Amino acid sequence: MSDNSLGFTPNEMMTIAASRALRNDDVCFVGIGAPSAACNVARLTHAPDITLIYESGTIGTAPDVLPLSIGDGELCETAITTVAVPEMFRYWLQGGRISIGFLGAAQLDKFGNINTTVIGDYFHPKTRLPGGGGAPEIATSSKEIYITMAQTKRGMVEKIDFFTSFGHGEGGDHRKRLGIDTAGPTLLITDLAIWKPDPVSKEFTVVSLHPGVTRQQVQDTCGWVVKFAEALDETPAPSELELKTLRDLQARTKAAHEGTGKAKAA
Amino acid sequence: MVKFLPLKQAVSENLNSGDTVAFEGFTHLIPTAAAHEAIRQGFRDLTLIRMTPDLIYDQMIGMGMAKKIIFSYVGNPGVGLLRRARDAIENGFPRSLEIEEHSHAGMANAYEAGAAGLPCAVFRGYRGAGLAAVNPNIKSVTCPFTGEVLAAVPSIRPDVTFIHAQKADRKGNVLIEGIIGIQKEAVLAARRAVVTVEEVVDNFDDLHPNLTVLPRWTIAAISVVPGGSHPSYAHGYYARDNAAYLEWDEIAADRDKFQAWMQANVIEKSAGDFEARVEHLRKAA
Repeated sequence: MSDNSLGFTPNEMMTIAASRALRNDDVCFVGIGAPSAACNVARLTHAPDITLIYESGTIGTAPDVLPLSIGDGELCETAITTVAVPEMFRYWLQGGRISIGFLGAAQLDKFGNINTTVIGDYFHPKTRLPGGGGAPEIATSSKEIYITMAQTKRGMVEKIDFFTSFGHGEGGDHRKRLGIDTAGPTLLITDLAIWKPDPVSKEFTVVSLHPGVTRQQVQDTCGWVVKFAEALDETPAPSELELKTLRDLQARTKAAHEGTGKAKAA
Repeated sequence: MVKFLPLKQAVSENLNSGDTVAFEGFTHLIPTAAAHEAIRQGFRDLTLIRMTPDLIYDQMIGMGMAKKIIFSYVGNPGVGLLRRARDAIENGFPRSLEIEEHSHAGMANAYEAGAAGLPCAVFRGYRGAGLAAVNPNIKSVTCPFTGEVLAAVPSIRPDVTFIHAQKADRKGNVLIEGIIGIQKEAVLAARRAVVTVEEVVDNFDDLHPNLTVLPRWTIAAISVVPGGSHPSYAHGYYARDNAAYLEWDEIAADRDKFQAWMQANVIEKSAGDFEARVEHLRKAA
């Protein structure tokens, strides 16, 4: 039976499940949004020595509140060192120092390819999204990629409109064929389930359902036909400590970001 | 040799219509005051370069000043989309906008190559990425030693680069601290560089020897504009005005609202107005 006596939400479950995937000795290149929350919960719970890196150049940062942008002052003030952006991408990312690249996605396909560039045709877009930023090279130079996003049919699609960052391409050994020697997406954590790529086809397969979630719910919020592992686990519910850590972090973040607005009005 | 000038004059002496120009700053130290001065002076047909075009390029694009933009992330950091830039790209309003899109790694390498005086940058990038198919300036070269196929992009060589920094000394050397982004490379890659600073101090004698300092002979003009980075921040001086970034999303969503905001907050204002905008953010820094 599923236990939700703590009253956690699907999004909280997602962030906490994602945080558990990170190890104390990881060097993690952190995307903004959901990945940033997960990485900092990991740091504040089971992985106090994890190295968090944001693309603005901050290495080993330990923010007290979640940054609104990848370049908030808090990241620099709490970092071991802050380097220039070209150094970040050349020495630290391209140089092979990153164990986990943690990305979010606007559009994702079953092989872990991500689109954050355009909806529609590139030259005549229906919606122009911000684009890749650091992601195209994070996706190929980090040793592994974790992806986290809430499930929707619009977000998890059979075919993405643009390959902002390459996952497993058409599946199988596509990465190798392009000369990419890193593992690529090895984990997808959604608000409903944990997914891992099939060892051969590389298609994301559900390996664990979050407490109380049904197979049907996972299928109903996903644009491709979902494959489930034969031995399907149930994700352990958030512990009291995990949930408190996440909620405290989000409360501190809300207070800090509202602060500038209030002062402005005063 | 560097000149200390009022911002109005620093901009008019160094920027021309038709120029290729970078206003750089990676979330931190964005040269907003310089961009607003450029808007007031009404330059046209600019090619705008920036890794992270945010509010200032949204404003310049919305005012019809840009014919082309070279970038790697066209978003409002932490908030979402840039609505004036979107209107230009999706609808050609107020004019069509040519785009040249890269990744951060591509732009960072291209600036570095510009600073290094090289014609192009070579790096391991764009593998499997859709940008390589839509941007003809993303090409490849084969390493003559290992046979590895690497990405190549042309170096960035702006006619003029604008940055904002914390301090200049009386001789005109400039100190940048905190998240230093791509500013040093953007200055050294450019034919001319203009720097706005929070303040001028007598000298840099007591500084740590390894800090990021741009020698005075790399800079054409310095203007003292306290608060000149608002709503971005200046490490050690004032905090980021996160609320202003959230508000911009609403302002830029509507063409008329945008025009009215620009008239009241940019066209009818001057560089001297920035100091008051950061007053409430100084304690938080």
